[in-house]
Amino acid sequence: MVPVTVVFTQESVPLDDQEKLPFTVVHEREIPLKYKLKIKCRFQKAYRRALDHEEEALSLGSIQEAETMFAEPSEQAEGSLTVYVISEHSSLLPQDMMSYIGPKRMAVVRGIMHREAFNIIGHRVIQVAQAMSLTEDVLAAALADHLPEDKWSSDKRRPLKSSLGYEITFSLLNPDPKSHDVHWDIEGAVRRYVQPFLNALRAVGNFSVDSQILYYAVLGVNPRFDPASSSYYLAAHSLPHVINPVESRLGSSAASLYPVLNFLLYVPELAHSPLYIQDKDGAPVATNAFHSPRWGGIMVYNVDPKAYNGSELPVRVKVDMVRVMEVFLAQLRLLFGIAQPQLPPKCLFSGSKSEGIMSWELDRLLWARSVENLATATTTLTSLAQLLGKISNIVIKDDVASEVYRAVAAVQRAAEELASGHLASAFVASQEAVTSSERAFFDPSLLHLLYFPDDQKFAIYIPLFLPMAVPILLSLFKIFLETRKSWKKPEKID
Amino acid sequence: MAAAAPLSLLVLLLLGPGVWGQTDPPRDSLREELVITPLPSGDVAATFQFRTRWDSELQREEVSHYRLFPKALGQLISKYSLRELHLSLTQGFWRTRYWGTPFLQAPSGAELWAWFQDTVTDVDKSWKELSNVLSGIFCASLNFIDSTNTVTPSASFKPLGLANGTDHSFLRYAVLPREVVCTENLTPWKKLLPCSSKAGLSVLLKADRLFHTSYHSQAVHIRPVCRDARCASISWELRQTLSVVFDAFVTGQGKQDWSLFRMFSRTLTEPCPLASESQVYVDVTNYSQDNETLEVYPPPLTTYQDVVLGTRKTYAVYDLLDMAVINNSRSLNLQLKWKRPPGNGYIHYQPAQDRMQPHLLEMLIQLPASSVTKVSIQFERALLKWTEYTPDPNHGFYVSPSVLSALVPSEVAAQPVDWEESPLFNTLFPASGSSSHFVRLYTEPLLVSLPTPDFSMPYNVICLTCTVVAVCYGSFYNLLTRTFQIEEPSKGGLARRLANLIRRARGVPPL
Repeated sequence: MVPVTVVFTQESVPLDDQEKLPFTVVHEREIPLKYKLKIKCRFQKAYRRALDHEEEALSLGSIQEAETMFAEPSEQAEGSLTVYVISEHSSLLPQDMMSYIGPKRMAVVRGIMHREAFNIIGHRVIQVAQAMSLTEDVLAAALADHLPEDKWSSDKRRPLKSSLGYEITFSLLNPDPKSHDVHWDIEGAVRRYVQPFLNALRAVGNFSVDSQILYYAVLGVNPRFDPASSSYYLAAHSLPHVINPVESRLGSSAASLYPVLNFLLYVPELAHSPLYIQDKDGAPVATNAFHSPRWGGIMVYNVDPKAYNGSELPVRVKVDMVRVMEVFLAQLRLLFGIAQPQLPPKCLFSGSKSEGIMSWELDRLLWARSVENLATATTTLTSLAQLLGKISNIVIKDDVASEVYRAVAAVQRAAEELASGHLASAFVASQEAVTSSERAFFDPSLLHLLYFPDDQKFAIYIPLFLPMAVPILLSLFKIFLETRKSWKKPEKID
Repeated sequence: MAAAAPLSLLVLLLLGPGVWGQTDPPRDSLREELVITPLPSGDVAATFQFRTRWDSELQREEVSHYRLFPKALGQLISKYSLRELHLSLTQGFWRTRYWGTPFLQAPSGAELWAWFQDTVTDVDKSWKELSNVLSGIFCASLNFIDSTNTVTPSASFKPLGLANGTDHSFLRYAVLPREVVCTENLTPWKKLLPCSSKAGLSVLLKADRLFHTSYHSQAVHIRPVCRDARCASISWELRQTLSVVFDAFVTGQGKQDWSLFRMFSRTLTEPCPLASESQVYVDVTNYSQDNETLEVYPPPLTTYQDVVLGTRKTYAVYDLLDMAVINNSRSLNLQLKWKRPPGNGYIHYQPAQDRMQPHLLEMLIQLPASSVTKVSIQFERALLKWTEYTPDPNHGFYVSPSVLSALVPSEVAAQPVDWEESPLFNTLFPASGSSSHFVRLYTEPLLVSLPTPDFSMPYNVICLTCTVVAVCYGSFYNLLTRTFQIEEPSKGGLARRLANLIRRARGVPPL
């Protein structure tokens, strides 16, 4: 459930409608996924009149000033939205724009003086709210692992699997240290650009960042020479083969069990400079970079040809970290699945915050993650139950059982919290559900008595007991026959 | 599933160009070294050392940046709060009697010992996790290290680097003597090197030659050292060492001319651009026995003399970073030649390969007059597969007789004869001169009794099992199910007549 607060200013709706404030309207929507699976999405709109300071802020000249006035008062709860309805002729928005979406869970919609004002405005508010919160593609991407192939997941890029934390590694690949002496100020760049972004994503998990420089690491593909532009290029269909040979040099992480995201910066060798990446149509890509879902990204950094003039090898190369970090941060957003929302028509979209992610984008991520965690937890628990049904030999110890109970309680709690709109606690509960269910499912004690199947028991005991049993059975049969004869005899006599 | 990042999503243009500080000077350095030592027994020992020194305090920071120091080991040090780590994987045994004193010896198998920092609370738990992580990094079964093979030495294994206090409860030591070293362990070890077998001395590390040796030992040592003479700050030192001993017979085919190409099947072409020093040392301390002298080609530009391991030694130095060394030939192939006076004898030995080739030993010796010469060979008896035994295995196995071919000086000079004219017994061997004649003698064959298994055991087992089952079960069954009936005595029958015969012999009334 998404709690939306709709605030009306004075001239936004006709007066008699204004008398009816405040009240609450609930708008429900069912999003069908597949196989009769549906998710109910409820928008609970609480209408109220604007307070004085809000009226004052909304009558200012431009939307940016209004936003700064709203910055401090209340840090809104995660998952909630506030929509301000201004008058039809207000100059806060440019004339042809009907609505505005801001970076901090705030939106502005134009009111209307009409008899059906509330309905129309309610419709506009729902449009804006949907752009800022749950939609079908967000859910489909989140549940991509659990739903079989269908129209949603075929070419949607899969976001990262939900995990308790991530490890991000920046690597500089220098295959030709004799020609290029490459330096990059990765510490400053991480401190300045990556850490604020990761701090904003703190609710999603723990992040740790590392960097390394690898020498003599070559890409697995030989680039081709293009005589027209006298440069080398990597065709789009050869890009998937680039990653594999490099990955063995990248090193596995000894420090933590979290999944690793690798961002590589490749400085091509002197013999293959300059190197461009071509997309499917043969045109060079503007950023000279590509990313692979659930793995990371690679960017090719070409050395400025002017640096070669007159100096002897190795040439000192200083990497421009601004360009590089722009690309890497954009790739990081794509890897997490933070995509452009579908804006309603005639909507003004503000620029992003300085950290690179807006608050409601974080909310969408948390929603998607919670749903994915719940799906994962339920799948794990049902497969554990099915396994127990099929193989009756497995012994469940007490601590495994308590983990299962905890997982079930956490799933129920998360579902309740999602229904009542508390996103932060729902996310925490869903993470706990996933952890407990995985701990129960992968417990090593489940396998102890597993390998003693029934047919082995038969194979061992039958050759030993069957020859012994045959004469016993025969003699039993003989005894039975004699007894029956002796019963019949007294009858006959009688 | 790769896709290019569309630029339209880059709304993050609030990244302003910041004020760039000075990039720090590189904080780590690499030195590599190879020492070639000819051993008294004719073999050659080669010791590689790659040392990376990282000038930083390895605290548990949020972000760590690695350049020459490998990331896998750096993360290990900071996560498990290590002070020192020593891991070695060895195959073979260093024979000090024949080869002399080694620089650094390691026990056969895998050896791991580590000192933890004082801040660690649960040393055993960290030790268990450390051995598991190292087992993954080096592809060795170090995960078998647990409390059954870990000890805490109380007096030895003091820290080899800087140490504040030595509380031995932070030391753990474990050895796995069963561990085998192979190419799978060499490859991750090579990957930790910055130049990674593409340039510099690591080009020589080819697995097929390095494991064809009598002794192979690779090790990783991490310890804190002083940054400079004043010891104001600490840096971390990582040493990767590899020692091999090439056998004169297996690799050298009996000849004692060694070269880099014969040992490693590679030559040195270029230095590693990341190394600050890259040198090859050859031990040219002259041998005094039998007037042998060692000649090294190409002639060295500098030599180095020092007291090493208690004796004064001289080394020929080849600096790869010096342009003159690799200049003309574009590759450096060191050659070692022994100059020995001729006529010393010739030995050819071809070791056996199981089920393919036998041993072959050929010696050319000059026997002194009126003397007795004894040649003895030690051998071990091995167990064969049970299908390889002959039908009479307890007779023993034969070893073929030895052959002695000699040119025996004649008492009387012979004259060259025409083959068709002289009798047949004189023309068996070609005449090799008038003063000596050729003789070939054979010894008796040797009969060796090898350990044989007891081939009658399967028969014994079958007999015993059948007897037990028949006797025990059969009698129980009979007792339980036998019914007694009265039977008319039958007259006649062959069995009755036989039974009466026996009864008459016994003196018992007949049936």
